Amino acid sequence: MSKGNLTRRGVLKTGAVAGAGLALPTYLSAQDSGFTNAPSGATVTLGFNVPQSGPYADEGADELRAYELAVDHLNGTGADNGMLETFKYADGSGTVLKGSGVLGKKVEFVTGDTQTKSDAARASAKSMIEKDGAIMITGGSSSGVAVAVQALCQEAGVIFMAGLTHANDTTGKDKRANGFRHFFNSYMSGAALAPILAAQYGSDRKAYHLTADYNWGYTTEEAIRSSTEAMGWETVGTVLTPLTQTDFSSYITPVLQSDADVLVLNHYGGNMVNSLTNAVQFGLRDRMVNGKKFEIVVPLYSELMARGAGSNIAGILGSQNWDWKLENQLGAKYSGTNAFVQSFGTKYGFPPSQAAHTCYVQTLLYADAVERAGSFAPCAVVDALEGFSFDGMGNGPTLYRGEDHQCFKDVIVVRGKENPENEFDLVEIVEVTPVEQVTYAPDHPQFAGGALGSCNNGA
Amino acid sequence: MDAIILQILNGLDKGSAYALIALGLTLIFGTLGVVNFAHGALFMIGAFCAVTLSRLLSLSHEVAVPGSVDFLGNPQMRDVPYIYEIFGESLGAGIIDWAVPLSILFAIPVMIAIGVIMERGLIKHFYKRPHADQILVTFGLAIVLQEIIKYYYGANPIPTPAPSAFIGSFDFGALIGFEAGQIIYPYWRLVYFAFAAVIIGAVFAFLQFTTFGMVVRAGMADRETVGLLGINIDKRFTIMFGLAAAVAGLAGVMYTPINSPNYHMGMDFLVLSFVVVVVGGMGSLPGAVLAGFLLGILESFASMREVIAIIPGINQVIIYLVAIIILLTRPRGLMGRKGVMED
Amino acid sequence: MFGLDKKDASLLLIVAVLVAFAPFFLNPFPEGSAMAQFNAGYPDLMQRFVIFGIFAIGFNILFGLTGYLSFGHAAFLGVGSYAAVWMFKLLSMNVIPAIILAVIVAGIFALIIGYVSLRRSGIYFSILTLAFAQMSFALAYSVLTPITGGETGLQLALNDPRILSAATTGGNIPVPALFGFEMRSSTQWAVGDWLFTFNVGYYFAAIIMLCSFYLSIRIFRSPFGMMLRAIKSNQQRLNYTGLNSRPYTLAAFVISGMYAGLAGGLMASMDPLAGAERMFWTASGEVVLMTILGGVGTLIGPVLGAGLIKYMENIISKINSDILHTWFAFLPDGLEDVVVTLIYPFIGKGWHLTLGIVFMLVVIFLPGGLVEGGQRVSRLFGRKKKAHDPKNATTEPAE
Repeated sequence: MSKGNLTRRGVLKTGAVAGAGLALPTYLSAQDSGFTNAPSGATVTLGFNVPQSGPYADEGADELRAYELAVDHLNGTGADNGMLETFKYADGSGTVLKGSGVLGKKVEFVTGDTQTKSDAARASAKSMIEKDGAIMITGGSSSGVAVAVQALCQEAGVIFMAGLTHANDTTGKDKRANGFRHFFNSYMSGAALAPILAAQYGSDRKAYHLTADYNWGYTTEEAIRSSTEAMGWETVGTVLTPLTQTDFSSYITPVLQSDADVLVLNHYGGNMVNSLTNAVQFGLRDRMVNGKKFEIVVPLYSELMARGAGSNIAGILGSQNWDWKLENQLGAKYSGTNAFVQSFGTKYGFPPSQAAHTCYVQTLLYADAVERAGSFAPCAVVDALEGFSFDGMGNGPTLYRGEDHQCFKDVIVVRGKENPENEFDLVEIVEVTPVEQVTYAPDHPQFAGGALGSCNNGA
Repeated sequence: MDAIILQILNGLDKGSAYALIALGLTLIFGTLGVVNFAHGALFMIGAFCAVTLSRLLSLSHEVAVPGSVDFLGNPQMRDVPYIYEIFGESLGAGIIDWAVPLSILFAIPVMIAIGVIMERGLIKHFYKRPHADQILVTFGLAIVLQEIIKYYYGANPIPTPAPSAFIGSFDFGALIGFEAGQIIYPYWRLVYFAFAAVIIGAVFAFLQFTTFGMVVRAGMADRETVGLLGINIDKRFTIMFGLAAAVAGLAGVMYTPINSPNYHMGMDFLVLSFVVVVVGGMGSLPGAVLAGFLLGILESFASMREVIAIIPGINQVIIYLVAIIILLTRPRGLMGRKGVMED
Repeated sequence: MFGLDKKDASLLLIVAVLVAFAPFFLNPFPEGSAMAQFNAGYPDLMQRFVIFGIFAIGFNILFGLTGYLSFGHAAFLGVGSYAAVWMFKLLSMNVIPAIILAVIVAGIFALIIGYVSLRRSGIYFSILTLAFAQMSFALAYSVLTPITGGETGLQLALNDPRILSAATTGGNIPVPALFGFEMRSSTQWAVGDWLFTFNVGYYFAAIIMLCSFYLSIRIFRSPFGMMLRAIKSNQQRLNYTGLNSRPYTLAAFVISGMYAGLAGGLMASMDPLAGAERMFWTASGEVVLMTILGGVGTLIGPVLGAGLIKYMENIISKINSDILHTWFAFLPDGLEDVVVTLIYPFIGKGWHLTLGIVFMLVVIFLPGGLVEGGQRVSRLFGRKKKAHDPKNATTEPAE
């Protein structure tokens, strides 16, 4: 920046050369092709909208790494081909992606900062659509952002491939035809955790919930409550905690006063780290109630954030969308895992998080859908993804359900390790709940109240 | 009853953090009249002093573990801290374990230096500038400090546990004559409360009983007159700035085992600490401390299920609600002095 | 012209010209060139420039004239957006009723908060406004979720009633429009390699911004404005003359709150979603920073400050290391890496760092904000013409 003159001359030169071959971003003016930002040149632009500032910045950074890896693989410029080798359709044939771009166009990308705020995320997504001509937006690390950006993409007529978003609303009351979610949701967490909680801790338990006081917290509490109560647990108390809370002591001490013997922390990110740390500080893990050992449950684990809680996560059960040890420990059903971990690890030197995994898979799924549809038009992509069954992406056989654009696959139940060897290996896989147990009807009451609408190609 | 005592303890504990931050802020803001938006950042840097020292102490080199491979198939490496080689494994591990308390010694000079540099290099030039300019420059500084920490330490919280002797909780109720098992409280939170009490006492004693403190107090009341008496009040104010930074930093160091520090923890406390100072009353140190404990205790009570059941959402707004009520009933907060930052 | 003196009229004219031709000024680099990264002439950002301009102009009426520093102004913007989105949900997608309701609701809200907060002055006033805004944020994010949408924000849905217009258009939610002119629709004009975008929403917001700017000039120059300045310079003396200053400050507070509501209503009109973060204290702090950065009490300063902050937020944050590498690709490999490594911390995810540094530099070297910088530049050019004028010999960087 300080070398303004030098820069400008240089870039003008590069610009002049490149300008001839490059496509003009033709946002909202592609009447001839019939959809927003139709790529007309030799490249196609994807928009990676992840948190780069604020508390989720590290998670965003991991998502971005995964996206860059996915672009490498799509263009065939990576050290290997990652999941392109393992990605299979329901009939057993491999993906049509060949590592030569998408529909013959080289994949390029732009990045933006969601700041984990719905306004900023929409501003960033809009600039990608309006200025950079992005044909698809993906990313995010919270449900508020996912829902906001998904609605924007619906309106603008581009595809939204959600990143990490766990609230039921994303594919429930706020679902949109142009939006797709690979990540699992609160309901699935509840359905997956409940049988394992019953098996591990017994079906005669009294649970106390601390819940983050916003949408995701509400849906998670509801999901966990209804699934655990169905197994015979009793819910003795629920308290909502402010998002901005940092010290949870005053919410933990009433737990000590109650006769509860399980504490469920419906918290994510920084809230989770702090509430869990505080709960362990107050000796909850060493506590005995009614002759039973007191237990703590964290419905949604985030490996990255769990690092912040250090040794406090030891022995705590929770659920995950995916874990990098899956294929090694549970076999070839979860193929794709090792291929991804290998190429991610080779490029960056450490194993990927579940946020990175879902973002990587979403990018490949989008590219594959475009290739199969033979068009970048959002409605064609929606058609290709609805009801699409695939395998070899690390989660076992998976279905993108047409009714609500939610992926259905196995859910992993994990427990914090007692003696982790390094900061990337904090959890151990307890069990995998098969997809049948976490599948629900599209009109399930926890998902009621929204409509997909019809797909939008934009201008 | 014991539920109430527990919430009072929680409140005192939260209040300790609020009071310590507000104490430092009052020294700068309530008395020098500088609106210091970087004060939260000083608290955060204090916390990262603890992180840095524990990182420094556990600086290590890698040793291959025979017969074991990592996830990529390369030989598994294990970190061995250098300190083990200097002091032997058991003493070395002990030193690492005590990193947080040791950081106090490390943080005092660092924080005083940062405070003095900040005052001499930047704030000094802004005493006579409008408050608006002070806000902009200190806010800018806060962002810069915060981003530097983020650049080196990432955005995630970093676990910084207390020494193992202070981990966990014990039956505090039994000590003060309650039935066993009724009031169980974590060691470190009591340590934090005691530590805050000592620091607050020391600052008050320093201002009350030393000549230096007397001059500073006189300077707060009437800077010009003290200057006319031939006393170099500027130098003393610089030292006060360093002291305020050290108080904020120590509050941060000791806070790390309670909640893992992250780069934006200062911003999280910033607004709250301004509220505490103003509720306490501008220019009043006892006011700031009193307001800190008061708001801490009220916040704890408001988060009880029984209270939320009566007024939903009260736990979200209690601090601000109390601030509004106090400022409307007492024009200058709890113990504010007339004429300080009133125009 | 319009009851303005010559200087003000020419300022208004300059602003009008700048705003009208912004799609050209903001897109100085040809498409496809590496510098195109710095182009800001796309609809969303241009809309943000003028909307935050309105917000800052309104804030300046309170802060710049009376000296009362409100630290909770974002609450009015947030309330305005919620009102506007509710109008879209219930009534129709026409922006006029939405904006009118936004201004009215924000005005009423400002009247209540102002009436209470203005009982105190100085820092006590600031903390009172901050407390009200933080309460609004906390409640909107949690307890009031049924009204505000909470975390995900209030948004339109297919099953909204919209009694005056069609609830859906072809299976999709209709978009906000002004009597058939959709806010999001644009036309583009390609001139050689350059591409200029003219957006309906932008010009709509820009016209409103010019009106607000005109109104603010009139307020600054009116007897009412003089009274407000008197309050700033010495409220006590004013009170001793037997004058009750409270109605004047309250009027300024409400006007300024209505400006914020207008900005909120416009934001919702351009992008029909209202999030609670709009009311968080950082959002209130942002408008304070915009005003100070541009120049407190100046007419054009707040608009410049708003523009600079929004530009950095939207442009700098989008530069990533790949883009840096393409920029410096002409350098030898080793040197390229060094240059990229040096710049990298300041762009992309480091945009906050750049923002902080800019704040500090501006306030240290330009005590009057960006307007001061502009004046210095014009003085510099002025001096060239009359180099013999000894008064302007040196320009000391002020401390």
